[in-house]
Amino acid sequence: MSARSTARVAIAGNPNTGKTSLFNRLTGANARVGNYAGVTVEREEATWRLPGLDVELVDIPGTYSLAARSGEEQIAVRALFGLDGAPRPQLVVLVVDSTQLVRNLYLALQLAEAQLPFVIALNLADVARKTGIQPDASRVSAAFGVPAVLVSAATGEGLTALGAVVAEALENPPKPMLALAYPQALEADLAGLLPYAEAATPGEARALSLWSILSVEEGDELLGVPVAVRTVVGAIRSRAAIAGRDPDLEIVGTRYRYLEAQDFGAAPPKAGIAFSERVDRVVLHPLSGAALFLVVMTLMFQALFAWSEPAVAMVEQAFSAVGAGLAAILPAGVFTDLVVDGLVAGVGSVVVFLPQILLLFCFIGFLEDCGYMARVAFLVDRMMKSVGLHGRAFVPMLSGYACAVPAIMATRTLERRRDRLLTMMVVPLMSCSARLPVYTLVVATVFADDSEVLGLSTRAVTMVGMYLFSTGMAILAAAVLGRTLLRGPQIPLLLELPPYRMPRLPTVLRQMWLRARAFLTEAGSTILVATVILWGLLYFPRYESPIVDVPASEDVASAAQLEHSYGGRLGQFIEPAIRPLGFDWKIGVGLVGSFAAREVFVATMGVMYGIGDDADEGSTPLRDRMKGETRADGTPLWTPLTGVSLMVFFALSAQCLSTIAVVRRESRSWAWASFLFVYMTVLAWVASLSVYGGGIWLGFR
Amino acid sequence: MTNTLASMPKGSLGTIAALGGERGFRRRLLELGFLPGTRVRLLGAAPMGDPLDVEIRGCRYSLRRAEAEQVVVEPAAVAVAAT
Repeated sequence: MSARSTARVAIAGNPNTGKTSLFNRLTGANARVGNYAGVTVEREEATWRLPGLDVELVDIPGTYSLAARSGEEQIAVRALFGLDGAPRPQLVVLVVDSTQLVRNLYLALQLAEAQLPFVIALNLADVARKTGIQPDASRVSAAFGVPAVLVSAATGEGLTALGAVVAEALENPPKPMLALAYPQALEADLAGLLPYAEAATPGEARALSLWSILSVEEGDELLGVPVAVRTVVGAIRSRAAIAGRDPDLEIVGTRYRYLEAQDFGAAPPKAGIAFSERVDRVVLHPLSGAALFLVVMTLMFQALFAWSEPAVAMVEQAFSAVGAGLAAILPAGVFTDLVVDGLVAGVGSVVVFLPQILLLFCFIGFLEDCGYMARVAFLVDRMMKSVGLHGRAFVPMLSGYACAVPAIMATRTLERRRDRLLTMMVVPLMSCSARLPVYTLVVATVFADDSEVLGLSTRAVTMVGMYLFSTGMAILAAAVLGRTLLRGPQIPLLLELPPYRMPRLPTVLRQMWLRARAFLTEAGSTILVATVILWGLLYFPRYESPIVDVPASEDVASAAQLEHSYGGRLGQFIEPAIRPLGFDWKIGVGLVGSFAAREVFVATMGVMYGIGDDADEGSTPLRDRMKGETRADGTPLWTPLTGVSLMVFFALSAQCLSTIAVVRRESRSWAWASFLFVYMTVLAWVASLSVYGGGIWLGFR
Repeated sequence: MTNTLASMPKGSLGTIAALGGERGFRRRLLELGFLPGTRVRLLGAAPMGDPLDVEIRGCRYSLRRAEAEQVVVEPAAVAVAAT
């Protein structure tokens, strides 16, 4: 007897069929996350342990049809036929929503036409029965010539039977036999296309030809379609147009007629959606729906912005305690400083994002799983469309007010790469919580406590103004980028509003775990390396005060060290570039230091002004020293104009290594990460220049 | 004037007569079962009047007004009140 044998099986199905729940239920939490070649869509694989057999289960992205137009839509067909670099699956488990049999089985029909060996898992059997539908597995099986099993990922019903059917199907692959007779003219078209279809079997060639007629058109983004096929399909379509025929309707219509002729045991479809319809009368109502939307979004935002705070503080304290502990044990010196201030603090600066990432994906997981996320997109679509964004971009944009890192990770809920990229490019403009300490320090420095504008506190007005400004700039950037660099094909919105279902905790927890793991292993390592490099820039070369006999205070020494470090020199080096914005070299050093995280600017200012690095934005001595700072001509540096210019710079520039690292990770492209950095920096510089230059011109100082 | 999915009164039923519009989107609609002769119901619209909430074959979709205008419908003889 050999060891356990293994087999490669794909799991496919429509979106919202509980496919992911079933995948989780069958495999447990051992998923490996990879990537589909050429597209930034994650591929999950996991082992499903059957008696005497290990099944490598590959999750195929949810799809309504094999027909495709974009590279992303094409993933399913390429993965099922083994055209994406990975080996071809030996078997496909098609997950079907038993409450929506006809539409779901449209995909089964396509697999059958392609003669792919597959079995059908009629999922949500329990839900179907509750709504009066009696899905008939034997009739489904008979319609396609493959086994069909009633299952429920929620209750566990039928999973053992499914395992047995899969094991048997791997031994004796089912041979689906389905040759629909299409209208005569279309059959003639197919006959003309068949010789060009590169396929293993005649059935596959026929299926591929049908796929080509439906999918291929000018300007599609499909991969691997031979030129000859394109030419023939083009000819077929223009002939059909002249004859007044509609090949798309001929194909799809014939398929639906076959499906409708079967009696799968579906009840009048009304029963299935009555419940969701009743719920939506409240949830999508102009008043109650809007109120609920506000409550849910406020709750999510509050969690990210405020409730994550204790966990964030705990992470920070834990890492500084570890650092302090190590510093006490290790001998003082460069190595210890590297370990404590570079590595330990660097790892801390990665882990510190986890609370917000986990919280955000907990919310997204629940909202997706229960069906509300599609409603969110529905409710805000009109508003988002006006700036060229997808309705689903709302949650990432909102999360951006808390932190760009989880917000950028949340862009994966968007289907199309163009939508994801556009959202990623503008989310970092939203005023994140790390900018808040900088604004607070600057506002408190440049505006007197009792200063008022129109009877309101100047400080408060400025703070509110910064939020409005950042939102406005993000919207503007989306509108501009969406019409220029990221124009892309305008694909109209077609969003399923799935029935409401009870969210499942394991599914949510699993998403949280996968996202956190992906962040730590991929973006985390980039952030760590960059943080250590930044530490080195501010640490080296070591500076010895030339005056030996006067022992300098520690704070003065660290200010001198920072000034003479590479980072400090960089701050001085860029001074000519930032002087027109009203900044001096000390601010320049602060800008360099704030790449680790924007709020580090405050601590850097503390060091630069000889207060020490534990100064916070509320520190009165720091503000007083800043107020006393003068330019070469003796005028004060920190005027309201300098302050506003600096805040505008912070609002718009991409001073955050972690954001850049996570954009690289999510876009799988250094080019987009670099573009983000360059465009935001240029935008910030120009805007600050306009503010400062314009202010001087208007007579402000 | 042609009746379209976008011009149907809220809550009313209709039968699809023809589909127009951009090919890729039209094909997606066909594949979801938006075929001539199929009954559709307009359930409502989002707060700003767009997109629409449409039911067909027991499934619900959200489509924008501009695309719904490409779906020609014949209004059902008797408008069935939502129950």
